[in-house]
Amino acid sequence: MDNREITRITGVNPRKCMRCGKCSAVCPAYDEMEYHPHQFVAMIEGGAVEELANSRGIWRCLSCMACMERCPRQVEPARLVEAVRLKVIRQAGKNHLLPDQIPGLLDPDMPQQALVSALRKYGK
Amino acid sequence: MVLSYYPGCTLKNKAADLDRYARLSLEKLGITLAELPNWQCCGGVYPMASDEIATRLAAVRALAGAENGTLVTLCSACHHVLKRTNEDLKQDETFRTRVNNYLAPDKPYTGQTKVVHVLELLRDTVGFDRLAQAVTRPLGRKIGAYYGCLLLRPSRQMQLDDPENPRLMEDFLRALGAEPVIYAMRNECCGGYVTLESPGLAAARARDILQDAQAAGAVELATACPLCMYNLTKAGAGLPVTYFTRLLAEALGLTEDGTDG
Repeated sequence: MDNREITRITGVNPRKCMRCGKCSAVCPAYDEMEYHPHQFVAMIEGGAVEELANSRGIWRCLSCMACMERCPRQVEPARLVEAVRLKVIRQAGKNHLLPDQIPGLLDPDMPQQALVSALRKYGK
Repeated sequence: MVLSYYPGCTLKNKAADLDRYARLSLEKLGITLAELPNWQCCGGVYPMASDEIATRLAAVRALAGAENGTLVTLCSACHHVLKRTNEDLKQDETFRTRVNNYLAPDKPYTGQTKVVHVLELLRDTVGFDRLAQAVTRPLGRKIGAYYGCLLLRPSRQMQLDDPENPRLMEDFLRALGAEPVIYAMRNECCGGYVTLESPGLAAARARDILQDAQAAGAVELATACPLCMYNLTKAGAGLPVTYFTRLLAEALGLTEDGTDG
């Protein structure tokens, strides 16, 4: 895995990042990401896509877009997280969530929106 | 006034109240929501990669199917997906070309529909002054507006309000005779879809929001999003969460009992 496809499908230029760390400071999933958002950007720039693809953090990003909104350089880390996630689930047999798992995760109040969103984020 | 309306999957089921009270209230305010025929689920989340074409087609069909240039949305997630897909159609030539080649509509669709959330409709078309005049049962309680993420961010595409210091929902609540409570976490994430992957993470996020709102004096929260409603309600903390359309109907005297939330 290299970083060219990631930058192509996101339009993100990680070299614009000035390492201010604001994205990590505002990330509500910070503690869940072994590579915090600012590190994620640096690792994409450095080509460490494989490590990111194997990290738990790509499944814990909430796509809340706090990092995107608050980035003073419009680097938009959430787009990079999404692209790495896509790189994984676009491979055969690499879906993170399967429809068969859904019945076990349901409770009576869970909205349909939660299911379609998770299936879109975690599988192809 | 009759406007095309996209309800979305959850509003036909778990969030039926969000839909029902919107239709009822807007009818009283002179607006009829005309549900789009044969709409499809928007997908719940906006696909952020530029080469995701098929996952945005349902949104394009809805946008292209709107009549008289406006499509009214209500669920935060549907609004987010439809609005951003529409912006893509205006700004991304490759996407616009591929979509039109694939769907081959009678007339090319290039983003001409205006996507309007019910909150925007109330602010810009009805007007909060006129709304306030129509209120028969002022709410009279301290309510915190919960925006979450999807209505506000990214602000360059969503163009709803100031993403860090919004006032749309507070102005709405004020028009209903409530006292809006400002609290820091009103635009922070409830945990979203990660509630399936990590219920603990979602619960922690929701609890922080509820505690912050409670500390600021809110006795109730208002939301436009079924998933926020789920995460916040599940996290409990004794603070009721209500769809903003339910509050609207209550203030207009349209709820069954006419009084409580």
